[in-house]
Amino acid sequence: MKVLTLNFLTCAVKACKSSSDSFPLHPKEAELAKDDVEINPQLLVNVLPRIDWAALRTTSTELGFPALPEQPPTAEELEADEKMLQELHSLLMETQIMEGKLVCGHCGHEYAIREGIANFLLPSHLV
Amino acid sequence: ASLPSSSATPAVARLAAAAAAAADRSAEDEAEAYERTHVHGVYQAIAPHFSATRHKPWPAVASFLHAQPLGSIGLDVGCGNGKYLGVNPAVYMLGSDRSSALVALARSRLGRPEDAGVEDAAKMQGEAMTAGAAASANAVAAAGGIRGSIQGGGAAISDVLVADGLSLPFRDGAVDFAICVAVVHHMSTRARRQDAIRQLLRCVKTREAASGHVLVYVWALEQGASRRGWDEGGEQDLLVPWVLKSQTPRAQKKGTRGQKNKKDDDGAGTSAGGDSNADPVFQRYYHLYRKGELEEDVLAAGGVVITSGYERDNWWAVAAN
Repeated sequence: MKVLTLNFLTCAVKACKSSSDSFPLHPKEAELAKDDVEINPQLLVNVLPRIDWAALRTTSTELGFPALPEQPPTAEELEADEKMLQELHSLLMETQIMEGKLVCGHCGHEYAIREGIANFLLPSHLV
Repeated sequence: ASLPSSSATPAVARLAAAAAAAADRSAEDEAEAYERTHVHGVYQAIAPHFSATRHKPWPAVASFLHAQPLGSIGLDVGCGNGKYLGVNPAVYMLGSDRSSALVALARSRLGRPEDAGVEDAAKMQGEAMTAGAAASANAVAAAGGIRGSIQGGGAAISDVLVADGLSLPFRDGAVDFAICVAVVHHMSTRARRQDAIRQLLRCVKTREAASGHVLVYVWALEQGASRRGWDEGGEQDLLVPWVLKSQTPRAQKKGTRGQKNKKDDDGAGTSAGGDSNADPVFQRYYHLYRKGELEEDVLAAGGVVITSGYERDNWWAVAAN
């Protein structure tokens, strides 16, 4: 699972949807891999406003990366900064969680990631 | 006249309410158990064969995807083998499916798009051109599963995970659009089908002037022209056979090419190659939608219908909040 995807995921349990603690999910025992993905600056600049930056900072820190700035770059700043583009691209598009768990901060439920695929199916009593 | 009221004691009223809730839960459990047998278990068992027969994007779906602005983030709920994830390289797609076997196939396909349906590329090129989809070279290449590219370079970027369409793990209003192709017709009660649409609408952005769009695509009852012969006035809830071919992929292609190649094969019909005694037959549950029913379900789910239509034995609708 790419780090970018994690920015859109919350706990699947209905009761957790109303709690802000259910986002972002917290990686646990995460094993990471780095893909080689051709950079697409236009896509990155346009995806940027759709990202929850505060959540991304949390995720990035939890995965052991250096802290992201408090404020996201503007589109202009990003377009002008090759290095920042490459770093964001690398974090969002190239960093994969291959194994581990994603934990809900509200109910504690843990979703497993195996071979890069997260499984959000719930046992029937939690639906 | 108002509804009759009971003079039951509070204790009796509580018992009645609990019994009703238990019945609702048990009806839900029944629907889930039914779908586990007649949908999820089947897809898990037939996944590789099913995936091998799913190449071509439906034209209305391809058009919808190509219409999304650069940098949009979209969902493909019920992504199957991921055939739509690479269609528009200008957007980021999140695919989800209930079948872990299909998701695993989709993921391996993301890593090697050149392996996916390449031998059908020429045929698909012809189809994409005549389908009226945005028939740029990129669109054709992407439809053929080959890496497309846009200004500034880049192949289609997407991701996949396993999830149930009735319990989607996406935060509210986070994505720009969603597609849900050939999924909702597998849900065995009307309430669940509407709930699935409600979930899709929840996930797309809701800003007044620019609500995200959701494309839902389902099998139609009215398909008298197809070889199945279902039509208006017929039974809407059916089990449809899937003949699981166990031969090698090369032999499979020989067999299926003799059958219709206009649309994705449903696996039913005469088996070419004569091994029909050995091939297991699975039954998949379908609710065939009648004309107007999809629009009704969108409204019941709290959405509005932006546009809708009929394409090759399917009803489709674009819904919004």
